[in-house]
Amino acid sequence: MSLATETRPLTRREWLLSDRPQSRLQARLGRAYMTWRRFSANRLAVVGLLILLGLCFVAAFADLLAPHSPVIGNLAGARLLPPGSEGYLLGTDDQGRDILSRLIHGSRLTLAVVVLVAIIAAPVGLIVGAVAGYAGGWIDAILMRVTDIFLAFPKLVLALAFVAALGPGIENAVIAIAITSWPPYARIARAETLTVRNSDYIAAVRLMGASPARIVFRHVVPMCMSSLIVRVTLDMAGIILTAAGLGFLGLGAQPPLPEWGAMIASGRRFILDQWWVATMPGIAILIVSLGFNLLGDGLRDALDPRESGQ
Amino acid sequence: MSALLTVEDLRVRFPTRTGVVEAVRGVSFTLGRERLGIVGESGSGKSQTGRAVMGLTPAHAQVTAKRLAFDGIDLLSAPPKLRRDLRGKRIAMILQDPKYSLNPVMSIGKQIVETLQRHEKVGRAEARKRALDMLAAVQIRDPARVFDLYPHEVSGGMGQRAMIAMMLVAGPELLIADEPTSALDVTVQLEVLSILDKLVAERGMGLIFVSHDLRLVSSFCDRVLVMYAGRIVEEIAASELSNAKHPYTQGLLNCMPVIGADRHPLPVLDRKPEWAL
Amino acid sequence: MSMSDTVRMSGRRRARSRKAIAAVLQFLVVVATTYLGLLAVTFFIGRVIPIDPVLAVLGDRAPQHVVERTREAMGLNLPLYQQFFIYCQQALSGDFGTSVLTTNPVMTDIRRVFPATIELATLGTVIGALIGVPLGVLAAVKRGSIADQIVRVIGLVGYSVPIFWLALLALLVFYARLRWVAYPGRIDIVYEYTFSPITGFYLVDALWQRQWDVFRDVFRHIILPASLLGYFSLAYISRMTRSFMLNELQQEYIVAARAKGLSEARIIWAHALRNAAVPLVTVIALSYAGLLEGSVLTETVFAWPGLGLYITNSLQNADMNAVLGGTIIIGSVFIGINLLSDLLYRTLDPRTRAR
Repeated sequence: MSLATETRPLTRREWLLSDRPQSRLQARLGRAYMTWRRFSANRLAVVGLLILLGLCFVAAFADLLAPHSPVIGNLAGARLLPPGSEGYLLGTDDQGRDILSRLIHGSRLTLAVVVLVAIIAAPVGLIVGAVAGYAGGWIDAILMRVTDIFLAFPKLVLALAFVAALGPGIENAVIAIAITSWPPYARIARAETLTVRNSDYIAAVRLMGASPARIVFRHVVPMCMSSLIVRVTLDMAGIILTAAGLGFLGLGAQPPLPEWGAMIASGRRFILDQWWVATMPGIAILIVSLGFNLLGDGLRDALDPRESGQ
Repeated sequence: MSALLTVEDLRVRFPTRTGVVEAVRGVSFTLGRERLGIVGESGSGKSQTGRAVMGLTPAHAQVTAKRLAFDGIDLLSAPPKLRRDLRGKRIAMILQDPKYSLNPVMSIGKQIVETLQRHEKVGRAEARKRALDMLAAVQIRDPARVFDLYPHEVSGGMGQRAMIAMMLVAGPELLIADEPTSALDVTVQLEVLSILDKLVAERGMGLIFVSHDLRLVSSFCDRVLVMYAGRIVEEIAASELSNAKHPYTQGLLNCMPVIGADRHPLPVLDRKPEWAL
Repeated sequence: MSMSDTVRMSGRRRARSRKAIAAVLQFLVVVATTYLGLLAVTFFIGRVIPIDPVLAVLGDRAPQHVVERTREAMGLNLPLYQQFFIYCQQALSGDFGTSVLTTNPVMTDIRRVFPATIELATLGTVIGALIGVPLGVLAAVKRGSIADQIVRVIGLVGYSVPIFWLALLALLVFYARLRWVAYPGRIDIVYEYTFSPITGFYLVDALWQRQWDVFRDVFRHIILPASLLGYFSLAYISRMTRSFMLNELQQEYIVAARAKGLSEARIIWAHALRNAAVPLVTVIALSYAGLLEGSVLTETVFAWPGLGLYITNSLQNADMNAVLGGTIIIGSVFIGINLLSDLLYRTLDPRTRAR
């Protein structure tokens, strides 16, 4: 019996936690597993993750999940029905459209905005920061001055002005938000780059004749990723709120698109008597941005235990 | 000699997620108005012993002892208010690095006056005067100027002297010095030590000198406790140190280079697990 | 030894004064370039992005000769860098052109509406700091307790909730249902003509003129939007206070303060918070700037006649001069607040103070 336990093969857990990994894959999986364990110990962070998985699910299967059309309503028979009405779980708006269906379809817009902004802003910030940090000297001075100038601007107002000039619409809202949200990423990437720039392994790669571009992209940028991911996740909530704000002011997605902020704006006129029209989309925004905040907090604690002060 | 401090079977435990860590495991000693050195490596529990006497162990730690008494007062059963009244007034402590242990946004004079005003009813002018006297007592040339300086504006040696002034201004009977010179330049270490030495002698204080430096302690103290892994492995009079019996103490002694002696091979400190039992 | 100390000290002092001059110079460069950047971006938005800036200013129904004249008046036939130079000159002298909507110079409009926004944002920040700092301290001191969790949730919700939506709900509950506060707007129509403000800050004006009924009415109008803005700054301030305090409470000087026998209250408020106050100043300044910006969304909901409402109204009417003028003003205030917080930081932290 005791002999059997001594010679049995490693369990999956032991294989992952081994301090002498046999392969690069095992080391990576082991690291990921440790991060996951720290992350999943944080119940709120898991809730955040579940919220966002739910959002992705709803967005992916919106056509199947939504009981009604998001844009065509029943003007004759179903205007401004309160929540819980027959067939309309969350009630209907002034054009007889099912609010639940609009929320479900709106999740696609929210997700699209967040993903697009992240795809545009994060790489820009990453490259600016990594180049500035690695190059140093006047390149660093100029790039960081530009970054600081953008940091000193009022983000929302600037985004408003951009959209005003570009014209309303969800694409322009994405561009405007992306333009105003890259500077913090550049700062983070620069800070991380400065800490790795003078390390021995970078010197080793340089001695082997790697080009600066190769060093920056293959060896510096990956080191910035974890703090950048945390920051982007935490920023997502702000991005959602800004996008909703632009929608609320009529500068984001245009009718009849079921954008949540625009839905609040259109429900505003009925707030005193038909409170649900404006309330429901607000709850949706709150839940999703709460999800991002919880996930971001959890990721920060899991990826960077120093910061969490355990 | 009446016992100023009695410590019997002192234990300090830190509960962590992976189990309980025992930093101090059954330490006993008594102290009169004398100089006691506690020596050990980092993690040996020497600092935690000092902090337990002060009542400054972190909140989540558990401190137990058969007896922990200062001048007849049972410290462990004393109400928090009484222990606060003792701290600074009758028992004081000097920390390692003045760069971190002085409040960076408060002037040095204010920090000294604060100790005084906490424990005595003194007017502003008198508090200031006594703080200046205290600064002079730690051999600061221009007390009036240093009084208004901020900690970052003085050197490490002067900062540590200010620290001593801050802790001794209310006239404590027992001083715990936790590595008081290890953060200082070698050149000022001896000066600070001699100031400390003089003040302790003049005021007849009891001193617990916590350090990792066995020779420093032996030249400075009457008696030495050698700690290893939370326990006292040897208690020895400083003059008898060369006759230390415990191999760990001998190991610590042998780490010190002697000029002219053959250093090959370099001695490595031996740590036998059975000493920790 | 003391000799060498004094020598070192005086040398250090000379170095410090040289450093102080360098710091001032650097400071000026930062301000100037930031301001230039702000102007460049707004110039870009107003003149480069629109396919035809004249159209953006006049709308598409203007007759041809007006368009031509405007094009010339705007200097659009000049090369871009000359246009930018003229633009900077005008902007620096406070000339942002004429608002299409109100037909006033934009600067006149802004001067009229800005006090309302300042009053609202100031009161909001005061509320946020007065509640947020103690909450953050409490959370840090009682780390991991129920109180800490509650503060954390309050903060998280504040970070996650759309401000305009919460404002709508607050109106619904506190105005429409409970009647605790006055309807949207800044002052009751009754007082609109009898009350003549001097500074434009109605609370101050009413107090100054001892018009207690006006003061009550103004207060009933401002309290809800100010509390909402206050909640948002509270979320930010309490969270940052907690993290700064946790950091300070781990420092060695806290152990030293305990060794002196100080009470926990004195250690927390006089030692730890005094140190945490140094970075906190920046946080509070940033949150003030954030509220000025947040006013764009809240003022619409509360019909608050401030800069935010002015900008959104102009946006909806494609009044670019007004939008950009407002943007530059808010941007300038941002820069000014950053400067101010930097100066405050220096006075609060003796380590950065030049002696």
